[in-house]
Amino acid sequence: MIEKADVVIVGGGVNGCALAYELSLKGIKAVVVERKHLASGATGRCGAGIRQQWSSRENAALAIESVRIFERLEEELGSSIGLRQGGYLIAIHDEKDMEQAEKNVEMQRSLGLDVSILEADEINDIVPILDIEGMKAIGATFCPTDGHADPFKTTYAYANAAMRNGAEIYRFTEVQDIVTDGEEIKAVRTNRGTIKTGVVVNAAGAWSKKIAEMAGIELPNVPYKKEIIVTERMTRIFDAMVISFRDGIYFSQQDEGQILGGIPPPETVTGYKTEPTLSFLEHMSSTLTRYAPVLKHINVLRQWTGFYDVTPDALPILGEVKGLKGFIQCNGFSGHGFMLSPMVAKLLAQLIAGEKTSLPIGRLNLERFEKMDFEKEKSVVG
Amino acid sequence: MKIICRCEDITEEDIIKAIREKGCTTLDELKHLLRLGMGPCQGRTCIPLAARILARETGKKVSEIELQTSRPPVVPVPLGLLAGEEDEND
Ligand SMILES: Cc1cc2nc3c(=O)[nH]c(=O)nc-3n(C[C@H](O)[C@H](O)[C@H](O)COP(=O)(O)OP(=O)(O)OC[C@H]3O[C@@H](n4cnc5c(N)ncnc54)[C@H](O)[C@@H]3O)c2cc1C
Ligand code: FES
Repeated sequence: MIEKADVVIVGGGVNGCALAYELSLKGIKAVVVERKHLASGATGRCGAGIRQQWSSRENAALAIESVRIFERLEEELGSSIGLRQGGYLIAIHDEKDMEQAEKNVEMQRSLGLDVSILEADEINDIVPILDIEGMKAIGATFCPTDGHADPFKTTYAYANAAMRNGAEIYRFTEVQDIVTDGEEIKAVRTNRGTIKTGVVVNAAGAWSKKIAEMAGIELPNVPYKKEIIVTERMTRIFDAMVISFRDGIYFSQQDEGQILGGIPPPETVTGYKTEPTLSFLEHMSSTLTRYAPVLKHINVLRQWTGFYDVTPDALPILGEVKGLKGFIQCNGFSGHGFMLSPMVAKLLAQLIAGEKTSLPIGRLNLERFEKMDFEKEKSVVG
Repeated sequence: MKIICRCEDITEEDIIKAIREKGCTTLDELKHLLRLGMGPCQGRTCIPLAARILARETGKKVSEIELQTSRPPVVPVPLGLLAGEEDEND
């Protein structure tokens, strides 16, 4: 194992691998340490959705810039990432939803996003199988450049490009301790040896809290178990991801024709439990068939679980921690860290290289929770 | 050319390539990268075959290859049937 590195990244999910790639472009040598295989955490279990329609300016801006990168990523990295932009259709259920939607759309448009508010009778033009009464919609918002990509392919594309540029990736290697002198990072200890470094990036997803503890830093992040289903395949009937903030449901038709979707389980579960539950399966099925009754006869093939790494405001924690030089956070994505990863990686690479970041990320630091200076993202599903 | 996964149309060659060129060392990685075992039969026939190829390629015993976690439901169930089991009063 390598003895010294400019930067050690803990976690080989999409964020860790994307960051290794962005750093490699700046000539900074990064080592990624992943305890299992790449994308074995939330990345390989996620809904794969890419959405720019957020209520907070920070999430919206990160997502919009990320989509610009996703759109040219295949060419840049030299391998397929399975991007498909079929749009996101967000249900509006009542006047209160409508008021919030109007606010969101105004802010999103000010950032240059092509997004509009649809009347109830326009919803079926986008997704013909929706039952407008069943889903209790009075309208919807729609952004045609939202969509999805393949998280596994994206992670591998970033990882392989990073390795071509000199980054090293250790799989099946576990970070066990972070050595500091109280003010600065000194080294990272793994089960396969110690790597000397002055910079550690904590991109360990739902396990980030534990990694931070190794460095004596407390994060407010909480792991929430989330469940997801996939059905058998059918001919292509719709392109958009359908979501509702009130019901918490999201579902889309994937490239091979299967329907993939999730909803918050009836009982909230925190901690690292992974068992799939029947109550989720029933709740998901009844809500999904209420939205799209024609799906009643479609078989569910698989159900699995993963973790959201949730912060108090549902916004990520990015940047260096005050009081411990070289300890960089890249976590707390709260269920939307795949879609933000291209821009997050670019910004953190700029930060680590000592450059001015192309979007301000100061507001996303850890200290905001101590100062109680934050506003909660409202547009969360799953 | 030997077909290993009939549902997803994956050949022995595809699997060997994923192991040698993409560095896959587990069934989970093959599953994600190639969609091996993701078809309607849920890998009942192809996973044991793929485990053998993986063992041969990586110099492990078949018993050392971690089989993928089984994901419920064990048999495909229609959404409508599952939906019927939840109270409709919400
Ligand atoms: C059910 C579900 C649906 C989702 N849907 C979406 C969606 O539609 N769109 C979207 O954008 N996001 C979605 N998300 C969220 C998204 O998956 C995550 O935010 C994103 O994948 C986080 O990537 P990451 O690289 O930061 O973390 P992860 O992918 O979790 O990677 C962290 C890695 O760190 C490794 N690790 C942990 N501890 C150690 C250690 N001690 N040593 C070494 N390695 C370690 C883990 O093995 C893991 O591979 C969803 C999540 C879930 C669970
Ligand atoms: S043969 Fe591979 S999934 Fe059916």
